[in-house]
Parts: sequence; structure tokens; C-alpha cells
Amino acid sequence: MVDTKVTLSGIVLDNPVIPASGTFGYGKEFAALYDINCLGTFSFKGTTREARFGNPTPRIAECNAGMINAVGLQNPGVEAVIAHELPEMKKFFHKPVMANVSGFSVEDYAYTCAMLDKEEQVGWLEVNISCPNVHNGGMSFGVDPKAAAEVTAAVKAVTTKPVYMKLSPNVTDIVSIAKACEEAGADGISLINTLLGMRIDLRTKKPVIANKMGGFSGSAILPVALRMVYQVYEAVKIPVIGMGGVSSAEDVIEMMLAGATAVEVGAANLVNPYACRDIIADLPRVMEKYRINNLTDMIGGAHHG
Amino acid sequence: MKQGIYTIGHNRPLTADVWEMTLLGDTSPITAPGQFINIKLEGLFLRRPISVCHWDGEKLTIIYKVVGKGTEQMCAMGPREKLDVLAGLGNGFDVQKCGDHTLVIGGGVGVPPMYGLAKALLAAGKKVTAVLGFNTASEIFYENEFKALGVDTVITTVDGSYGVKGFVTHGLPEHYDYYCACGPLPMLKAVYNAAPTSGLLSFEERMGCGFGACMGCSCETKYGSKRICVDGPVLEKEEIVW
Ligand SMILES: Cc1cc2nc3c(=O)[nH]c(=O)nc-3n(C[C@H](O)[C@H](O)[C@H](O)COP(=O)(O)OP(=O)(O)OC[C@H]3O[C@@H](n4cnc5c(N)ncnc54)[C@H](O)[C@@H]3O)c2cc1C
Ligand SMILES: Cc1cc2nc3c(=O)[nH]c(=O)nc-3n(C[C@H](O)[C@H](O)[C@H](O)COP(=O)(O)O)c2cc1C
Ligand code: FES
Repeated sequence: MVDTKVTLSGIVLDNPVIPASGTFGYGKEFAALYDINCLGTFSFKGTTREARFGNPTPRIAECNAGMINAVGLQNPGVEAVIAHELPEMKKFFHKPVMANVSGFSVEDYAYTCAMLDKEEQVGWLEVNISCPNVHNGGMSFGVDPKAAAEVTAAVKAVTTKPVYMKLSPNVTDIVSIAKACEEAGADGISLINTLLGMRIDLRTKKPVIANKMGGFSGSAILPVALRMVYQVYEAVKIPVIGMGGVSSAEDVIEMMLAGATAVEVGAANLVNPYACRDIIADLPRVMEKYRINNLTDMIGGAHHG
Repeated sequence: MKQGIYTIGHNRPLTADVWEMTLLGDTSPITAPGQFINIKLEGLFLRRPISVCHWDGEKLTIIYKVVGKGTEQMCAMGPREKLDVLAGLGNGFDVQKCGDHTLVIGGGVGVPPMYGLAKALLAAGKKVTAVLGFNTASEIFYENEFKALGVDTVITTVDGSYGVKGFVTHGLPEHYDYYCACGPLPMLKAVYNAAPTSGLLSFEERMGCGFGACMGCSCETKYGSKRICVDGPVLEKEEIVW
């Protein structure tokens, strides 16, 4: 019997597979298809202080081996999530869930995290700092080590739950951002969010996406994500959750060898709604194929010796 | 919604760039006319949403226009080839809501779902009139299929090469008590403005998933935000915000 268990800030996951925020809603669409208790956990849709409609449509563009989205963090707001989504989720998901939080000011992040801190179902907070800071000309928190540290400290001050800072890959030096978060008290690092990209429609000669640009994700970004996970693992002592282009059990193990303690799966869920279930079912076969008995032993394996 | 592997029955051109394909497999996920399927194609990341034209036993029929990589790949496929399909997506048309004399209005590749709807309306004992709009005579398809159902069928062409000259709004009859429409956005808007009765309109949007997970297809309605892929594609006239 192979052992797929991993431990994320003291909470044991049956396996390292976690659907990524924004590709799994609050779980119910998938719970209607399969028993999602097979997952390690899942990261729910990026939740903000107020409800948001998001960006105008079209919000989606196809790419070779990937897609661009400009959803714009559509969500019902933290109060509605606590009042409606979490109680409903309790009926079909019986494990600690990862709460993904977004904000447009340091106060926003702290407010939303403080609200979610009170929820027993929430195991971890995953704080998405790819969002624009309205108090700083709309520059993303995630591109500036100082702003990233400020958000980290503000969130840590209002919660006792483990805080994973989710980094944007649209930076010149991912390591400096990760280190700033670690120094400010982060319990872990999640990466990567989507890469800024665009497509132009040859028929209309205009950008496909109404917002012109959006976040590129899917299989095509795996090498970029893997490289960043590898670099961050070397630079920090806190655990790393790796994601970006993962769509198979092989990809999960590759991410772990680069340094990920757990692995998120995003766009793949949209194309194959059973992607995470299938990856989990396939893990033992792939582990046996590569003579791996224990997944935890593989974490950061590519760095040693 | 259900994922399944479907076998192509036939795949034939109806006009220069519109094809009809039958898929053999489980049709039990399909519960209403106007629902759609989402098709996985080799080498393409996202699935392609296509309306169900009609279904019967173990067979469903789709009609698609060749516009890009995905539909080009589809028209090159032949009988016995397999497709990975998510079936039974979207709400579809609620036949119960429709009137005793319902107009079904289709424009271009908005025509296919209206065929299945016409069948369902007739089965529910309602009178049906079809208004089908095309650009020009050579692009017309399914006129005979509608007529074979015993449905009064008005054809409009933009250039006047066949039937009534103009848009579908030029072909609307005087008497009816409800309508259902599917077609390009300008057509839906024109119908919305021209038809005095209540109605149901089917919308298109670029989709990430097709089953409600990604919020890629949201639109605003009078009752809040809806996802075209699960809360639609069919919306009630009264809730639409243009
Ligand atoms: C609910 C629904 C039902 C539909 N029913 C039909 C139908 O019955 N018959 C038919 O011919 N067409 C239908 N369409 C449109 C059809 O989905 C597109 O024509 C098709 O996806 C084009 O794919 P492609 O690879 O050939 O084009 P490409 O332009 O290469 O596609 C690139 C990307 O854009 C998307 N895309 C392009 N055009 C559209 C569009 N009009 N709507 C949504 N996404 C688009 C594709 O899915 C793909 O992700 C429907 C669309 C929706 C949303
Ligand atoms: C449609 C869509 C919506 C997303 N929404 C969020 C979000 O709300 N919050 C967040 O932190 N990341 C969001 N992401 C990013 C993913 O969680 C993930 O970091 C990224 O897509 C890379 O993984 P992938 O290549 O497996 O998709 C979204 C991605 C997609 C495709
Ligand atoms: S296409 Fe994903 S929610 Fe509608």
C-alpha cells in the first residue's frame, strides 16, 4: 500500500490534491457529480468583503494548451458565503476547507479573514495577493514585497488559522515576495496564480476578452509554475502549495519533487469535471510505477543530493 | 449533467458550412429542448458548446456551423468515431410556460434547438408557428423538417432571395400568445422589441466549463447575476437586462 497522505500546517490530508480557487466554485457543482470527500481539500472561490459581479463578458479565451480568464473575482461576498455557502457545503464536504480571500485594500483582507477565522469549517486561509491595491494606483499587492508583507501581517493579526499567501507569477523576483511573506509571519506560500496574457480575434481584429487582458492558466504554464515552486522552496522554510498546469498524477508528483507539500489543480477541472477524482485514483499506480511508497518523502526531492 | 463517450452516427453537410451530426449514446441527461452539450476535441483545450437540435432514444442530433478550429475538426469526422461529451447542460425551454399558440423563432444556427422545441410543444398539444431567418436562400436548412412536423413555417432571408425579405421580425404573424427565440444577439434584441407577448430567449456566451464552476459566462438579470451555462441559456423576457 502506498501512502498518499501529506500534512499541511498540522492538518493531515488524505492526498495532496486540491482543486484550485475559482475553478471549483463552493463545491456544489462537483458534489453533484462525485463524492468530493475524496479530495485532500479544496480552495473555494476567491471571496471578498463585498459581493462582486466581476468583469464584463466575454471573460474567457482559449489558448494552445490553456485558457485565459478575466472573471474579475465574481463572488457573493463574505457574509453571504458564511450565511449560505458554508452551511450548504457542510452537507456534502466533511473535511476542513481552504478559504481563498481577495481584497482591494489591506483593511479588506483583514476584515474578510477575520470573518472567516470564526468558521470552524475553514482549515486554512489562502490569501490571493494578485489583486490591484486601490490605495496604490491599482498596482497589485503581489508585485511589491512591502505590500505583500503588509497584507500578511494584517491577516496574521486577525486569525489563528494557518495563512497561505498566494503569489502572482507576474513579477521579476518571486523569491523576494515569498521571503517577505515568510518574514511577516505567513504559515505557507501558494503559487502560482495566473500569468497575465491576451488573445486577439482575427475576425473582429479586437481582443477576445472584454477586459482585453486576463489570467493565462492550464497545462501550458506547468514549466513556469514548476520553476517558481522550485525557487521558492529553496528560499523559504514554510510549506509551499504548488499549482499551475497540473492535470495528471504525474504532474502532481513533479510539483512535489520541485518542493510542493500539496498541489492544486485549476483549469483542468473545467475541461474534465472529474479531473481531481481521476488524478487521485491514478496516484497509487503512478507511485508504484516510479517506486514511490510515501508521497511526503518526495517533497523537494529534486533539490537533494 | 453527465459525461459520456458518444459514437458518431452520421455527419453530413446541410449547406456550404452548416453540418448535421448524430451522436449515439446516453440521452437520459437531456431533459428539455434548448439544452446544450459540450464537446471535447483533440488538441483543443476548451470544450465546444453546441445546442441539442433534438433527441430520441439513444440518438441526439446537433447542427453546427463551421467557424473555427473546433468545428473544422468536427466536420472532418466520420461515422463510428467517438466524442467525449458533457450532455444535458443548461436549463432549456420550459414548455409549460409556453402559450397555446407559441412562435418559435430561430436565426441561423439558432434554428436547431427550435426544432426540438417545436416537437415538444406539439407533443404538449400546443399550436406552433415557426419563423426561421437566414441571410440568403443557399443558407436555408431544416425548412422541410419543420414543415414535416405540420408546423406553419415562415422563412425570411435578409437579401430576399427566398421567402419574406428581411429579418425574422418581418416574418412575425399577427396572432400568437407566446414566443421562444434563439439566434444572434441583434436578432434577440429585435424580437424582444417587436413581439408584444411574453417569451423565452436563448443566449450564447463564451464558456470556460459549461456546468457552473468558473463564472466565465455570467450575465446580469433583473433578479441578479446568472450563469448562462446553468441558469440559462434560456432567460425569461421579463428578467433580461440588455
Ligand atoms: C449554449 C450555446 C449553444 C450553441 N449552440 C450552437 C449550435 O447549435 N450550432 C452552432 O453552430 N453553434 C452553436 N454555438 C456556438 C458554438 O459554440 C461556436 O460556434 C463554437 O464553439 C466555435 O468553435 P470553433 O473552435 O469552431 O471556433 P473558434 O473561434 O476557433 O473557437 C475559439 C473559442 O471560442 C469559443 N467560441 C467561438 N464562437 C463562440 C460562440 N459563438 N459562442 C460561444 N463560444 C464561442 C469556442 O468555444 C472556443 O473556446 C453555441 C454556443 C453556446 C454558448
Ligand atoms: C476561471 C478561473 C478563475 C480563477 N479564480 C481565482 C480566484 O478567485 N482566486 C484565486 O486565488 N485564483 C483564481 N484562479 C487561479 C487558479 O486558482 C490557479 O492559481 C491558476 O489557474 C493556475 O492553475 P491551473 O493552471 O491549474 O489553472 C482562477 C483560475 C481560473 C481558470
Ligand atoms: S461556463 Fe463556467 S460557469 Fe458558465
